[in-house]
Amino acid sequence: MTWSATARGAHQPDNTAFTQQRLPAWQPLLSASIALPLFFCAGLAFIGLGLGLYYSSNGIKELEYDYTGDSGTSNCSVCAEAGQGRAPPPPCSCAWSFSLPELFQGPVYLYYELTNFYQNNRRYGVSRDDEQLSGLPSALRHPVNECAPYQLSAAGLPIAPCGAIANSLFNDSFSLWHQRLPGGLYVEVPLDRSGIAWWTDYHVKFRNPPLVNGSLALAFQGTAPPPNWRRPVYELSPDPNNTGFINQDFVVWMRTAALPMFRKLYARIRQGNYSAGLPRGAYRVNITYNYPVRAFGGHKLLIFSSISWMGGKNPFLGIAYLVVGSLCILTGFVMLIVYIRYQDQDDDDEE
Amino acid sequence: MFRRSLNRFCAGEEKRVGTRTVFVGNHSVSGTEAYVAQRFCDNRIVSSKYTLWNFLPKNLFEQFRRIANFYFLIIFLVQVTVDTPTSPVTSGLPLFFVITVTAIKQGYEDWLRHRADNEVNKSTVYIIENAKRVRKESEKIKVGDVVEVQADETFPCDLILLSSCTTDGTCYVTTASLDGESNCKIHYAVRDTIALCTAESIDTLRAAIECEQPQPDLYKFVGRINIYSNSLEAVARSLGPENLLLKGATLKNTEKIYGVAVYTGMETKMALNYQGKSQKRSAVEKSINAFLIVYLFILLTKAAVCTTLKYVWQSTPYNDEPWYNQKTQKERETLKVLKMFTDFLSFMVLFNFIIPVSMYVTVEMQKFLGSFFISWDKDFYDEEINEGALVNTSDLNEELGQVDYVFTDKTGTLTENSMEFIECCIDGHKYKGVTQEVDGLSQTDGPLTYFDKADKNREELFLRALCLCHTVEIKTNDAVDGATESAELTYISSSPDEIALVKGAKKYGFTFLGNRNGHMRVENQRKEIEEYELLHTLNFDAVRRRMSVIVKTQEGDILLFCKGADSAVFPRVQNHEIELTKVHVERNAMDGYRTLCVAFKEIAPDDYERINRQLIEAKMALQDREEKMEKVFDDIETNMNLIGATAVEDKAWTEHQEYGLIIDGSTLSLILNSSQDSSSNNYKSIFLQICMKCTAVLCCRMAPLQKAQIVRMVKNLKGSPITLSIGDGANDVSMILESHVGIGIKGKEGRQAARNSDYSVPKFKHLKKLLLAHGHLYYVRIAHLVQYFFYKNLCFILPQFLYQFFCGFSQQPLYDAAYLTMYNICFTSLPILAYSLLEQHINIDTLTSDPRLYMKISGNAMLQLGPFLYWTFLAAFEGTVFFFGTYFLFQTASLEENGKVYGNWTFGTIVFTVLVFTVTLKLALDTRFWTWINHFVIWGSLAFYVFFSFFWGGIIWPFLKQQRMYFVFAQMLSSVSTWLAIILLIFISLFPEILLIVLKNVRRRSARNPNLELPMLLSYKHTDSGYS
Repeated sequence: MTWSATARGAHQPDNTAFTQQRLPAWQPLLSASIALPLFFCAGLAFIGLGLGLYYSSNGIKELEYDYTGDSGTSNCSVCAEAGQGRAPPPPCSCAWSFSLPELFQGPVYLYYELTNFYQNNRRYGVSRDDEQLSGLPSALRHPVNECAPYQLSAAGLPIAPCGAIANSLFNDSFSLWHQRLPGGLYVEVPLDRSGIAWWTDYHVKFRNPPLVNGSLALAFQGTAPPPNWRRPVYELSPDPNNTGFINQDFVVWMRTAALPMFRKLYARIRQGNYSAGLPRGAYRVNITYNYPVRAFGGHKLLIFSSISWMGGKNPFLGIAYLVVGSLCILTGFVMLIVYIRYQDQDDDDEE
Repeated sequence: MFRRSLNRFCAGEEKRVGTRTVFVGNHSVSGTEAYVAQRFCDNRIVSSKYTLWNFLPKNLFEQFRRIANFYFLIIFLVQVTVDTPTSPVTSGLPLFFVITVTAIKQGYEDWLRHRADNEVNKSTVYIIENAKRVRKESEKIKVGDVVEVQADETFPCDLILLSSCTTDGTCYVTTASLDGESNCKIHYAVRDTIALCTAESIDTLRAAIECEQPQPDLYKFVGRINIYSNSLEAVARSLGPENLLLKGATLKNTEKIYGVAVYTGMETKMALNYQGKSQKRSAVEKSINAFLIVYLFILLTKAAVCTTLKYVWQSTPYNDEPWYNQKTQKERETLKVLKMFTDFLSFMVLFNFIIPVSMYVTVEMQKFLGSFFISWDKDFYDEEINEGALVNTSDLNEELGQVDYVFTDKTGTLTENSMEFIECCIDGHKYKGVTQEVDGLSQTDGPLTYFDKADKNREELFLRALCLCHTVEIKTNDAVDGATESAELTYISSSPDEIALVKGAKKYGFTFLGNRNGHMRVENQRKEIEEYELLHTLNFDAVRRRMSVIVKTQEGDILLFCKGADSAVFPRVQNHEIELTKVHVERNAMDGYRTLCVAFKEIAPDDYERINRQLIEAKMALQDREEKMEKVFDDIETNMNLIGATAVEDKAWTEHQEYGLIIDGSTLSLILNSSQDSSSNNYKSIFLQICMKCTAVLCCRMAPLQKAQIVRMVKNLKGSPITLSIGDGANDVSMILESHVGIGIKGKEGRQAARNSDYSVPKFKHLKKLLLAHGHLYYVRIAHLVQYFFYKNLCFILPQFLYQFFCGFSQQPLYDAAYLTMYNICFTSLPILAYSLLEQHINIDTLTSDPRLYMKISGNAMLQLGPFLYWTFLAAFEGTVFFFGTYFLFQTASLEENGKVYGNWTFGTIVFTVLVFTVTLKLALDTRFWTWINHFVIWGSLAFYVFFSFFWGGIIWPFLKQQRMYFVFAQMLSSVSTWLAIILLIFISLFPEILLIVLKNVRRRSARNPNLELPMLLSYKHTDSGYS
């Protein structure tokens, strides 16, 4: 501490702006005359934005259905009862019928929602092996310890994909049928199951292990599927670009949700006659009911939602903007009054 | 004999025994007794704290005694041992850095002290051994060694003067480095050893000195020397302070002296007066510790709440272990209590960022770098000594802005220490002289009487009294031999008012010409030389508050002259003219002059015999000598005749008429030290009460330790005010060390003050800018820094805490580990550092010119509960806004126009982005002084955050177990809603702050002319009369 000062002390101090603390400086003073116009401008801009957001959000349609099957509210309750206390629950299917009086403006997205499901639990969230999921053969054989108790199967084989997240993959499936005319035939609405995961996840982060003899199944040889899975990971889909670790459903599931009530994208409806949306008529969703949620007090929902420039329906942003904007203008007025009064006093003082 | 052998017998218990026995030259005094060496400490001075061996453990121990360091150590250990959400590196690395830097700094400082000690301990001294002059290192001196000291050398230890090269066995000594008095003081050898002024002869001396055990009072010493000449019985002589040469004092005007060491090393009076340099803590640091405890409490509460709620929540089995998230066998088998405990620790680790290590690093850096501005300041540069200010410790920069009381060394620093004789009164007649008209010219006309004259005889008696009753010496120049009647006589004395009096007498025609062979020589108005044999001097002391001399005139009459404070003299005079003099004295006192009354008494020869015997007896006493002397003095100074009174003006004092109290060291010792009884405490509180009422208090003739005691007394006042001491001499060192901030002046009296000070400046006048500008700015800067740090970390951690309510209290971190680590180190560190170095909320020139501004921050104003609560609530508000804003934003299927869904890391990243921007912009709002550096670091930090986030998320990092952040930031920014939400949340968070600033500015415009009282000593304003 002393050396610098003594070295300095031997000579006259440098006479620079910096050492003398006289650097040129901008000394802004947020005075009322600057702040007031700012408040009004910001207020107006916020209100404008808020209105835009509010109407956009209002324009977004959502149609949701709770198919958990609690206490016989829907025909899924049979499945719910059947699955009660059994692991794995027996295959079961149920349906949700609804009708649209008018066109459901598209593009329409199909989400599923789970409640009281803690994907953000720390123990759950760390229970994965990203190296394994990136197709690293060594990691495939030796999953990280964090995956425990889903690290090794009962037979001692490494589980692929390991961990609690993968093991709890959502395995209900839905198909949508449309009855154009009353009493007519139900036509299956094509659900686009591709492009529901993040592009980078699907193309970079998740990779299958290198094929062995051109076969993905052989690449996974010597591993066990997660205990709750009915099929091994390489049979998730017949499509070679959608199976193994790069299965879109799987990739979506692996991006753990922030809150215990979350929605995940299931499919997009944008093909054929349905690119503009769901035309009016009767619809039925056939549900393969596999996923037990009542065990942890959760619910499952199905949601049809249109999407705008701001995403899904969310009145929060618009309202918040409106409130803040009005608050700005209100305080602007209050300040104006205060300012004027003080200025009068000032003038008196100066005289 | 018996006592001596007893002493020897229990030599090991010397400390408890009141006296010590020193054998001159370590020669046994009589052949019959075997010489047993007593154990005294050696002459080594040790001011260093560590040795090579104990440095590491001792230093580490001391560092971890700091509450913050200990806390970080605990956190680190927890992270190492328990499964926690963050890596031990995040807290271990900064802690290691802090500890290492501090250890290096302290090690270096101690090395400097070692070097300084060695310089003193290894210096060369000459010791007389076996009649030979032996060269030795200073640390080898033992008690009893006869030491030779030459002119202008400092005494290596406390010595009893045995002989000097002068025939009368006197020597001149300056104690500038001890008590700051630069005048020469005369010291005497005992009569019987005067002649022994060669190495051979001094070696023949067989004597034993009995003296008290070392004590710190510089002006007290009692001892007795027993001289055994050949076969005769021992001759005993008394020893007093006038025989003792103190270590640290310098021999002047005397070629060489021989002395015997009585106190050595750490037992010398100087060492006893030296106070170890303890670590000074600034008020800000104390506030930091207080905040730390509050935040620690918040932290523990948070962890406790989370742990409790976790187990409440987990009491539902499906929450504890749902089918999708089962526990391992090991987890199931762990004891529940143990689990709860580790959970608690985990939460603590998760929230530990609320008390940031980085704050300590930043504070240290701010202090270190900031202190350069002091040494760089060209206003502190002094051409004369070609030096600027020096910063010895950077820990106290901000304390300069908090000073409530300034203690300054009087002599040479603040005043010129000059006194002037103004007027006198003889038998109630007022004499007021004008200098030019006197000077021995109009002597036959008698003294100048402007009012009416007193009796001629009385007048002369009065002037003789002034000429005789003092302890003034004439400075002997080599060219001027003794008492030639040169016009230029230089008087030296320990008390400037005595000089003023002697000079005053000279004005009226009586000139004191000095001492020769125990005779005082006075030239009277008729230019005749009168000689008086000085029989006894009854020294001034604080209790009697008077001094007397007993002289024998040429005619053989024995006279006693006495001068002293009016209250000390009036009761002891018999004549009836007191009233007239009293009026005079009181008027003078009202005018602010120092008044003294002069009295005399003739002593009959028979009486003198008795008095003489009593005096010698008292002087020889070893025990209670002072009391005995006092009693004798008391008896002698009675029934005197009042002649008159004098008035002396203290120039320094009248220049600053707002001064209220003058007190001197001897009086103070009464107040401070007298005893433990209640009356002493009573005095103390009375003294303090008086002091508090005064604008300034002047204390004179103080021992170094007394200065420190005064400082300590004020320091311990209610509200513990901040004290600053400034001085230039070694005698100020203890006070400099004692006060909160010590300033040394690189003056003429050596560098000891500057070396021991926290800051040193070339001139006293530099104090103004140092306090008003530098101190103020440093305080504002660091106070803001501290508040800001706690604020930004509460903002940072609160969302993490709130998130626990939504993730099943599972210690899930909201932010990625990289963000957790980098937040304090990279993203938000530089702007606040730049702010804390460069901010000038008020222009330097304004600060220097308006001392009222200094008052605004006094009493640690910016770190009081109010501001602290404000910042805390602001942080809590913002943290809540961040979290719930994002929470409500996430109440939707998707935020993107392609309908894709975000996960928990995006959630955290949105919160974090809002956080970084808000916190940085909040600082931008607070910044009043935007240099290019501020622009660079503020906008640079934000840009760096964005850049880093892209970079961090843009690559699959091979060393990471989980690629949580992969493309999260980029994906986040592809959503318009997120942008809008981020902007909105930043705006909401800053809105109250903006509002407040605008309101403040409106108020500042209107609120003018605040009537603040000026701080003491900063007001140089003159008032006409401070006493009427």
